[in-house]
Amino acid sequence: MMDECVSRPDPAGDGTRSARVRPGAVRVSGARLFETVMYVLFLLCGLIAVGFVCFISVYLIWSGLPAIREIGLIDFLFGKTWASTAAEPEFGILPFILTSIYGTAGAIVIGVPVGFMTAVFLAKVAPPRLAAVVRPAVDLLAGIPSVVYGLIGMMVLVPAVREWFHLPDGASLFAAIIVLAIMILPSIISVSETALKAVPREYEEASLALGATHIETVFRVSVPAASSGIAASVVLGIGRAIGEAMAIMMVAGNVANMPSLFKSVRFLTTAVASEMSYAAVGSLQRQALFSIALVLFLFIMLINVALNALLKRKTD
Amino acid sequence: MKKWITLALSGVLTLGLLAGCGSTQSGSAPAPTQPAASEPAAPAELSGVVNTDGSTSMEKVIGALSEAFMEQNKGVTVNYSGTGSGTGITSAQSGACDIGLSSRDLKAEETGVVATVVAKDGIAIIVNPQNPVADLTVEQIAALATGEISNWKDVGGNDGAVAFIGREAGSGTRDGFESITGTSDKCKYTNELTSTGDVVANVASNPNAIGYASLSAVDETVKALTVGGVAPSEETVLDGTYAIQRNFNLVTKEGASLTPAAQAFFDFATSKDAAELIAAAGAVPVAK
Amino acid sequence: MQARSLSGRRRLYDRTLTALLYFCALLTCALLVFLIGYIFLRGLPHVTWELLSTKPSYLRDSIGILPNIVNTVYLVVLTLLFTLPLGVGAAIYLTEYAGNRRLVSVIEFATETLTGIPSIIYGLVGMLFFCEFLGLGKALLAGVLTLVIMTLPTIIRTTQESLKTVPQSYREAALGLGAGRWHMICTVVLPSSVDGIVTGCILAVGRIVGESAALLFTAGMGMSLNRFFVWTGDLAGSAAATLDSFLHSSGASLTVALYVYAKERAEFDVAFGIAAILMILTLVINLSAKLVGRRLRRA
Repeated sequence: MMDECVSRPDPAGDGTRSARVRPGAVRVSGARLFETVMYVLFLLCGLIAVGFVCFISVYLIWSGLPAIREIGLIDFLFGKTWASTAAEPEFGILPFILTSIYGTAGAIVIGVPVGFMTAVFLAKVAPPRLAAVVRPAVDLLAGIPSVVYGLIGMMVLVPAVREWFHLPDGASLFAAIIVLAIMILPSIISVSETALKAVPREYEEASLALGATHIETVFRVSVPAASSGIAASVVLGIGRAIGEAMAIMMVAGNVANMPSLFKSVRFLTTAVASEMSYAAVGSLQRQALFSIALVLFLFIMLINVALNALLKRKTD
Repeated sequence: MKKWITLALSGVLTLGLLAGCGSTQSGSAPAPTQPAASEPAAPAELSGVVNTDGSTSMEKVIGALSEAFMEQNKGVTVNYSGTGSGTGITSAQSGACDIGLSSRDLKAEETGVVATVVAKDGIAIIVNPQNPVADLTVEQIAALATGEISNWKDVGGNDGAVAFIGREAGSGTRDGFESITGTSDKCKYTNELTSTGDVVANVASNPNAIGYASLSAVDETVKALTVGGVAPSEETVLDGTYAIQRNFNLVTKEGASLTPAAQAFFDFATSKDAAELIAAAGAVPVAK
Repeated sequence: MQARSLSGRRRLYDRTLTALLYFCALLTCALLVFLIGYIFLRGLPHVTWELLSTKPSYLRDSIGILPNIVNTVYLVVLTLLFTLPLGVGAAIYLTEYAGNRRLVSVIEFATETLTGIPSIIYGLVGMLFFCEFLGLGKALLAGVLTLVIMTLPTIIRTTQESLKTVPQSYREAALGLGAGRWHMICTVVLPSSVDGIVTGCILAVGRIVGESAALLFTAGMGMSLNRFFVWTGDLAGSAAATLDSFLHSSGASLTVALYVYAKERAEFDVAFGIAAILMILTLVINLSAKLVGRRLRRA
């Protein structure tokens, strides 16, 4: 190591403030070249992530625009009938957009209160031993593959829905909402819990000193203080719910109806998944499917931007 | 300690990959594209991958045929993907697969491919075993499909809403059903499923359900109705008395030759040796 | 200090909310117990040695998931092989070389965006680009390339975190002794952050094993046993055959097989068996990640 020090007088070679063994000595260009090569290599690695995002966006836009141009933006986004293989094909995706919105909204309405309360429980109320048992359970829920959720939904929930509500068939928007709510629970719980734990103890101690009970402190002081983190968790849940495909394919039926709680419906994701395999290459049907994917992508981007804005506000 | 865990894990992973290890007898490299078709009676020379893609109704038939073929030709792997007849035809047209599988005949606008009938298959109309209805006419079935009849008691069953289970738009089974019953574009399905097996499972678990599925997929969990008094079976499909039937086709690209392995599989499937396998799988062989 | 006597309304508020909290937590736990319990109850009896070690046979009317296990191993090994260098390289750039602040924040924003994209869009773009445009056809390799893009953010983020925990004094000491920047990274920083990188790998493996929508469109649904290492009697032929097999094999991974057996073949016993196996894998992966993480914090 000392020999190397002597023969490589300019250690960093990139102008950082590092100590030099022999100031003013001649640089060895071989080492500098090597360092530059490694720098470029790492720079490329870093740029690859940006490259992927640009590539995916551009590809989706490029594939999705032709159909929108041919069908017409208003007809496409607001048309109520999707009949892609009929003799007179129609390509209105309003049923899919509304189903995705209602399904996500339903999942949030059910999942957020339960998740939020569980997070409060874990962060503030639970005895440490109990929390140590529940927290890994939540992490496990987060790791279960979505097909497993779909399988249980298909085998347990769908027949149950059929029996309870006396329907001809249980695969419906309702079943999908329940499955989605269960799937977004872990994300909401873990992010909200982190946000709640980050509330400074001084806030809580001040509130307790003023005579509030523990529960009052939690709900009147800690929760508002952690509100942007909790909002971020909701947005995360929304993102997960709107992008879910496999579990929904197994529980929501597959008919392009306008959304109704107990009818078989198609989401934006399942619309793409179910017809992609048999749409002929180059046909308008296939290009319409790309356009649906583009619409989905735009929704997700909007949600991501919202998430970033919320997170930035939290750190400010 | 970490190092040992990492080494152990890598060893397990490599063993896992090696589990798929195999050897071929062939001395030649795998042949991707060779213009001349080779004799089917030279199994030791064949190697490579044959991709079949398409109808889910043909799953059992192709499964039995490919397994028997692979046992005779150890160097060949025959892949099957159940994506629907429509996809099978488009894959054959684009060359994405070697042999497309279609459970319907080609339409006029589907050019560039040739269909070879390998078997005939009846489309069974299935209901849940608890359903007392045992026989329906084609007109009644069409009315149930379009929603004109929406309660079981109108056709002699119990009081309950009818759940008509159908297939997705690219399905050959759906095409066969709708063209024979005259209900194209008019069906109101409670559910549109993507495979024959799924329809059978759905009907088996729902007392109100009625659906259509390939005869080869019907098992004891569902009941097949008699159509106009005729029960679906090998004989009634072969002599045409069972009205709702269609062909199982092998779809190949027109004008282009198959790889030697694919050609050999094609010849095997359409030969007399395969008739027994096809019959055991539940379809009706045409090469007698 | 005043005596704390609560009004009736406050006591009610207190009691109701506490009850609600316990109820929700109980609901979550009950859900988990039900999910795991049901899967194991219906699945474990069908996880036999025969299921794990044979391939499906129509002639013998039996089902085996060996092909799917082999495909999943292929996917995991190859994806990690490609993602690790890329991800670690990107993380090194972000923490060690970070020159331009704007560029760093752009890269980090891109990484966050990649995590948010749903897997079905990855599957679609993967199918369009890798399978059709590049001509790979439905192949496990196309699945690998798609998974590389999906798991990149995980590796970048975990590696970044662990690189940040290396004390700055290590770096300055190395640079002070005359090491070049790359040499310093290679000999001082990376070895200290191996634990974090391993955690990232484990999380990525969890993601790969659980992924289904992306693979459905890129890697296919076939159930035949892929022979990756082929011996044709001579070395050159074998090498060519092995390469061909690596590039063109297609097939269903465990999750895709679950979907096919449940939705298309109605073989529910097998589906539950696969679900049980996947649950066990998830448990093992979670546990390993925690153990490695704990060692990281202790060190």
